[in-house]
Amino acid sequence: MAYPDDLRYSKEHEWVRAEDGRATIGITSFAADELGDIVFVELPEVGTALTQFGSFGVVESVKAVSDLYAPVSGEVVEVNEAVRDAPELLNSDPFGEGWIARVVLSEATELDALMDADGYAAETA
Amino acid sequence: MSAVDAPERSDPSGRGAAFSGTTGGEELTIVEPLIFARSRDERRGVRFPTASDRALNHADGQPELPASALRAAAPRLPEVTELDLLRHFNRLAHLNHAIDLGFYPLGSCTMKYNPKVNEWAARLPGLADSHPLDPEPMSQGSLELMWLLGELLKEVSGFPAISLQPAAGAHGELTGMLMTRAYHRANGEGETRTKVLVPDSAHGTNPATASMVGYQTVTIRSNERGGIDLDALRGALGPDVAALMITNPSTLGIFEDQIDQVIAAVQDAGAIAYMDGANLNAILGRFQPGAAGFDIMHFNLHKTFSTPHGGGGPGAGPVGVSERLAPFLPSPIPVLAEGDADEVRANAWAGRSTPGARFALDDDRPGSIGKVRSCHGNFGMFVRAYTYIRSNGGSGLRTISDDAVLAANYLRVRLRGTYDLPYDRISKHEVVFSGRRQKREHGVTTLDIAKAILDHGIHPPTIYFPLIVEEALMVEPTETESLETLDQFVDVMEEIARTAATDSAAIKRAPITTPVGRLDEAAAARRPDLRHQFADAPAATAPGSPPTPEAPTA
Amino acid sequence: MVYSPHTEADRARMLAAVGVATVDALFDDIPSAVRAGDWAVPPPLVEQDVRAELARLAGRNRIPDVSFLGAGVYRHLVPSVVGEVIGRPEFATSYTPYQPEVSQGTLQSIYEFQSLICELTGMEVATASHYDGATATAEAALMACRLTRRSRVAVSAGVNPDYRRVLETYCSGPGIEVLTVPLDLAETGSGTTDAARVEALVTDDVACLIVAQPNFYGQIEPMRDLAEAAHAVGAQFVAVVEPTSLAILEAPGAYGADIVAAEGQPLGIPASFGGPYVGLMAARMATVRQMPGRLVGAARDGSGRKGYVLTLQAREQHIRREKAASNICTNQALMALAATTYLTAVGPAGLHEVADLSSVQARHTAGALEAAGLAERRFGGSYFAEVTLRLPDAARRHAALVEQGIVAGYLPERDEPALNDTLLVAATELTSDEDIERLVAALESTR
Repeated sequence: MAYPDDLRYSKEHEWVRAEDGRATIGITSFAADELGDIVFVELPEVGTALTQFGSFGVVESVKAVSDLYAPVSGEVVEVNEAVRDAPELLNSDPFGEGWIARVVLSEATELDALMDADGYAAETA
Repeated sequence: MSAVDAPERSDPSGRGAAFSGTTGGEELTIVEPLIFARSRDERRGVRFPTASDRALNHADGQPELPASALRAAAPRLPEVTELDLLRHFNRLAHLNHAIDLGFYPLGSCTMKYNPKVNEWAARLPGLADSHPLDPEPMSQGSLELMWLLGELLKEVSGFPAISLQPAAGAHGELTGMLMTRAYHRANGEGETRTKVLVPDSAHGTNPATASMVGYQTVTIRSNERGGIDLDALRGALGPDVAALMITNPSTLGIFEDQIDQVIAAVQDAGAIAYMDGANLNAILGRFQPGAAGFDIMHFNLHKTFSTPHGGGGPGAGPVGVSERLAPFLPSPIPVLAEGDADEVRANAWAGRSTPGARFALDDDRPGSIGKVRSCHGNFGMFVRAYTYIRSNGGSGLRTISDDAVLAANYLRVRLRGTYDLPYDRISKHEVVFSGRRQKREHGVTTLDIAKAILDHGIHPPTIYFPLIVEEALMVEPTETESLETLDQFVDVMEEIARTAATDSAAIKRAPITTPVGRLDEAAAARRPDLRHQFADAPAATAPGSPPTPEAPTA
Repeated sequence: MVYSPHTEADRARMLAAVGVATVDALFDDIPSAVRAGDWAVPPPLVEQDVRAELARLAGRNRIPDVSFLGAGVYRHLVPSVVGEVIGRPEFATSYTPYQPEVSQGTLQSIYEFQSLICELTGMEVATASHYDGATATAEAALMACRLTRRSRVAVSAGVNPDYRRVLETYCSGPGIEVLTVPLDLAETGSGTTDAARVEALVTDDVACLIVAQPNFYGQIEPMRDLAEAAHAVGAQFVAVVEPTSLAILEAPGAYGADIVAAEGQPLGIPASFGGPYVGLMAARMATVRQMPGRLVGAARDGSGRKGYVLTLQAREQHIRREKAASNICTNQALMALAATTYLTAVGPAGLHEVADLSSVQARHTAGALEAAGLAERRFGGSYFAEVTLRLPDAARRHAALVEQGIVAGYLPERDEPALNDTLLVAATELTSDEDIERLVAALESTR
């Protein structure tokens, strides 16, 4: 399984796309597959301060519920309203249209603690 | 005023067979319309006298209801005749599977036969019409029944004290955990003992209950034999642990053969030993949790003691407790206020009342955690359980467990070649298989297997529980199923395994003989439709009234 | 009488297949230190003897000839069709509908129940039911705490005292503080929640204000004003209502209730010495994910057939486990079905007749007692179908009537010492003019 190589990955199956001091966060296809059909996403509020590896929201499927753990620290500046009405985007396009939140990175070096695509592929093999 | 939303074509077969209706421009097949679709203006069911039928005329001088408190428009309840009502609910009934129709081997639920004499007893007017607040002299029968049931449950379980108040097993768990907290507070350790330990095979209600009482849950792994890992347990015990909640036999259907050491370890650490009594059907007459040293156990009267499940309740979840926890039981408690307990019991066992005996409700209990439900508990279920225990008697109760355990082991040995058996040892009243071989080799999951079982007129076993078994299939036959039924079940399971290998698509299409096929649960959760919406606009216009309903979806 | 079908031949066959000589061998893994000893459970009884025993117990109860007792449990007519429907084995002996394909009867009837409760209460979503009105009230308070992230709740002293005890017990778990807002108990005062005390006690750290309509003493509360007071500090307004009154009294959804809790016993469920009953809970759709308990929703199968499923299960204990909104597993499905059947059997006209006649007969009762100079209303303001009367020497006279097989009502001094020498009298559509005359005559004889 090849994961997008422009992203960094956490052990809790979140991904980060970092550009210009901002980071976009979502869950991986592995997580989405494990959960099954996703029915609800509890988004964080804009302005919330996230701490790396702290929980910041919830993803709910028909048969399971999972906390979302922030892969990086930062302030939430945007959330993906589309997934409120269409949570299934996390299943169909987890790395694209199914993004969850955007933050302003408070500590860019935190990215080093995350895995690259190959590392995550090995982790989930 | 009418609640009709869309024309429905009638179903002349009258057997609830599928037929079509048109709503909102979509072609939808409806098995049985909602009751609202049968409603017609001014149809009446039950009628009552009207105020003008009354001769007395003393209402003058009494205050009218203020206009500001009155409802603007009548609630849009369906307007149907008794006949239409009965046809509707009878046709809905036809859509259900039930114990009274066929095998229902749901693990952890104990779907045994619900004897009808229990129903006869619960409907006796002397019991059914008894008001919970009637003065005690008028309620001696109800109070005696509750007291006798308590005595029998204590005898069966070995606990010296009991409360019948909790309305369900989970409610009994809540009661037990509140009592645990009260006990530790009384000992000055309420703030320090913050954790509850549960095995990884625990029922979901256990950690949920612990949270409701403000405890943090710590999960203890099971060992390779399916019991709780004693070393892991000992490692987790400490001065910050309030209790261990453990099901015995476990949810794997396996008796904790180190249970005496488990209880000792927990209590040596100053914690409370709580037993989830869901699996009591396995051990009647063989193991008495109270005598073995447990502090608390909840009973499920709707499992072990045959009260009907009712499609999801009502049940009853009495709790038995040790002496040190007795002060904290919910109030009030039925007591024998006058009379000798031995004499009253002996007479009752012989079918006699004891002259001069008087029962009362003791509500003067300063250490009590309070009340967990209104009144005294689900009395109607006490009647049924008492009837059941008196019918079976001591020898009958033993036979229940003997036969339940024998039947489960019979299924274990007959099916272990066909489905993986993660713990191949003597089980108690239920046995857990795994569908992982079928999934790995043919892509057929336990869910698919369950749906295929439905096409054989059998309810599937419990699936995907306990969580520690991959693709779990938990089978609990109970003691009331005949050998032919058990053999037929084996045949069905073997056939499904064969079909999984040769024609897995057929399994994945199942069920095909049921009133509906597999339903899209994801769509149902994404866009919840939780109530009937009326076509006409709501009459209420007061501020804060709910928004106009959307297009009808009948 | 045992219900196991197995003969010795059956058991021998099973033992042989399992490979043990006796069934005792299947229990060898129980440590000998904890094996059960003998027990004193009486021997079995055949059906006729079991029936005699239960008849003995039923016979030791005395069902009053005349009763004006309510106090949260009401003797209404239970129509014959209700017993027919809930007696159907397909409803009674089925399990929770986790396999929806074979449970559409149960699931659709719950969806209808949810719909009816929404309609009665004027709310957007209702659960599949709770144990009783008391636990529904407690769960509503906990839900308000979750929604507002506050940890204090305010409850009117007009809410059933039993419910308030359950509320305190439930709140003691997570350490939520319960404040009681007193009633105006002045002689001929309103008998409703004291507005000045609401102002003082319901502050912006309070999660909800819980008020009953009608209240436990029968009085009609100013629900709209109380809702506003709660909302003014960002608290939820929880209305605890009596379901038959909703044929006549304003629906809570219309006066600003955020959560509604109720006891469904008056809807086709006999008194049965306290249970089983059914708790009702309803709320706004925006808060549905914080609602405890089961929910049934509509769904489609692959062929386009419409069906019903348990939905939003991720809130519940079997999935959410320690993060569940509540630990509730069972609801009270068969009792909810009784309520559904009742509401369908009586319809809007019948429910109106029940509510109307109950309130009229309550007025006839109070009026007759006043006319005889035996009692007077303790409070001003209006009442629904239950009324608190001033009755000198109430306790002695109540006991004297019990000896005659008459229960005159409830004695509020049990819960409110300030209400000594009062009687809480309830009427329903079953209260006859003769009952009223007998009550008057009996009380007269105890002067």
